[in-house]
Amino acid sequence: MSGQPAQTPAPYVSPGPQTTAFEVLERTTSAFSFYGVLARFVQWLERSGRTLVIALPFLWLGLFFLAPFLIVLKLSFSETVLAVPPYAPLVAWLEENGLSYLTVRLNLSNYILLFEDSLYVRAFLNSLRISAVATFLTLCVALPLANAMSRAPERWRALLLMMVILPFWTSFLIRVYAWIGILKPEGILNAVLIGLGVISEPLTILNTDIAVYIGIVYSYLPFMVLPIYASFEKMDPSLIEAAVDLGSPPIKAFWTITVRIALPGIIAGCLLVFIPAAGEFVIPDLLGGSETLMIGRTLWLEFFNNRDWPLASAVAIVLLAALTVPIVLFQRHQARRGSEDGAA
Amino acid sequence: MKSGFTPATVLALTCGFAFLYLPILLLVAFSFNESRLVTVWGGFSLKWYGEMLRNRQLMDAAWVTVRIGLVSASLALVLGTLAGVTLARFTRFPGRTVFSGLVFAPLVMPEVITGLSLLLLFVSLGWARGFWTVAVAHTTFASAYVAVIVQSRLLTFDIILEEAAMDLGASPLKTFFVITLPVIAPALISGWLLAFTLSLDDLVIASFTTGPGATTLPMRIYSQVRLGVTPEINAVSTVLIGFVTLGVITATLIQKRRFAEGQKRKA
Repeated sequence: MSGQPAQTPAPYVSPGPQTTAFEVLERTTSAFSFYGVLARFVQWLERSGRTLVIALPFLWLGLFFLAPFLIVLKLSFSETVLAVPPYAPLVAWLEENGLSYLTVRLNLSNYILLFEDSLYVRAFLNSLRISAVATFLTLCVALPLANAMSRAPERWRALLLMMVILPFWTSFLIRVYAWIGILKPEGILNAVLIGLGVISEPLTILNTDIAVYIGIVYSYLPFMVLPIYASFEKMDPSLIEAAVDLGSPPIKAFWTITVRIALPGIIAGCLLVFIPAAGEFVIPDLLGGSETLMIGRTLWLEFFNNRDWPLASAVAIVLLAALTVPIVLFQRHQARRGSEDGAA
Repeated sequence: MKSGFTPATVLALTCGFAFLYLPILLLVAFSFNESRLVTVWGGFSLKWYGEMLRNRQLMDAAWVTVRIGLVSASLALVLGTLAGVTLARFTRFPGRTVFSGLVFAPLVMPEVITGLSLLLLFVSLGWARGFWTVAVAHTTFASAYVAVIVQSRLLTFDIILEEAAMDLGASPLKTFFVITLPVIAPALISGWLLAFTLSLDDLVIASFTTGPGATTLPMRIYSQVRLGVTPEINAVSTVLIGFVTLGVITATLIQKRRFAEGQKRKA
């Protein structure tokens, strides 16, 4: 009995690839199954991929970044009324003698007010001045820092770079707030200076233009350091060495070679600081005084305190017009940088 | 010239970083101060953290802010990646100049202008202002930052790898997911984190575009700061700074480890 081979027939093995019931089921339902839909979606994506990749961000930015400017422009020609929303329509149907007319009322009074009232004119000029001075001060702080970073031993550079970026990641509002505690009359700076015997009376720094400069330099420093550092890093240090060997004083070598080579980075950094600083609201509001007129703050006050949306829009349009040249410069610079890196 | 620490570089670095970090460190230190006064050290205390946790309005605002941040960072990641790929890979298509303008302009646009213009858009579209309008506004400006990060990562990444994959028969979509995505993943992580912190941070644009029930943390902080310095705000700030620092360090370590693994594999 035990020697007898088992009589059970060997299972049938098909010679070709096997088709299981599961596969058949899957194939028949694939048109409706989740994976089927996904597969079709992927096919569709591949056919229209490029268009879709471009169109999605294009449409989004067009709708939420470009179109709103046209509305601001439109509103800046409107009249303020006491209503919700607080402005009169620009285009309206006027009923008269049973006929209706399409009327367009362009109201220039907002712009006239902006250019006639010395308050607004001064706020504009002040913004540009404060922003320009602050940009220059930021450059003065950033140049030696970026230079020192690019000269540091290579294994330190990543850490130093991260240390410059880190404050940029922490809240802007918090960083401005930190300076209030330092600069106010009974603040840390005055306590230290009086304690050291440098001054006997507390200095008034908070709520002055000086505090605004400090705030802008502090908040925007990373924007200036990073592009300058990037151009310093690409520089061949032997150029300086050669200049010094040939008898140039190091300071002169720094100005004629280092700064000139870093010029693209310097320009990018200056634009990155100047443009947003000119429209800054938080810094002049928290650190500046009532004398510190800046246009971003004016816009905010017109909008939130006076509920004058048309006038706020006109302020925005004029500010935008004033900043168009630097913004276009910046955009060109970015685009050029992109194509240069792409070619390299 | 050998690179190394000279007295001049050490001096510049010390002064520069002291300027950058002292205000933040002082702010953190005084969040643990028993006394309400900034200049008087009344001993170590966690009482302001308790105050902060008991402040219902502040906690509600923090939760709204985190939710807006999660939504807008994720949307911005998708849009910004698409825009970054477009900028880096599609050099010729109609409207490219306008496109790059639309991507780069939000980086420098004064916030008051962006905020006002978005608000007016939402009003004329008739959208109820609140959570979603702030999220859309944040997505818009954050996606520009993500686009720049992704673009610069793609520009340093050899296009030959992608071309090889496609020559071997992979579709552009498959190439993107199998070849490109793993390589730019660190850039995507930092892009998302940056978008999240930008959203967490924003006062001006949120103030314009928000509505009832969607008061964000910066708006609460701002209204308290206007009334003066309180250690409670220092405590909130310290918590925020702690989270951001932790996030940035984690992201850096992830990138480092990936880099080290890559090096090991090569060796």
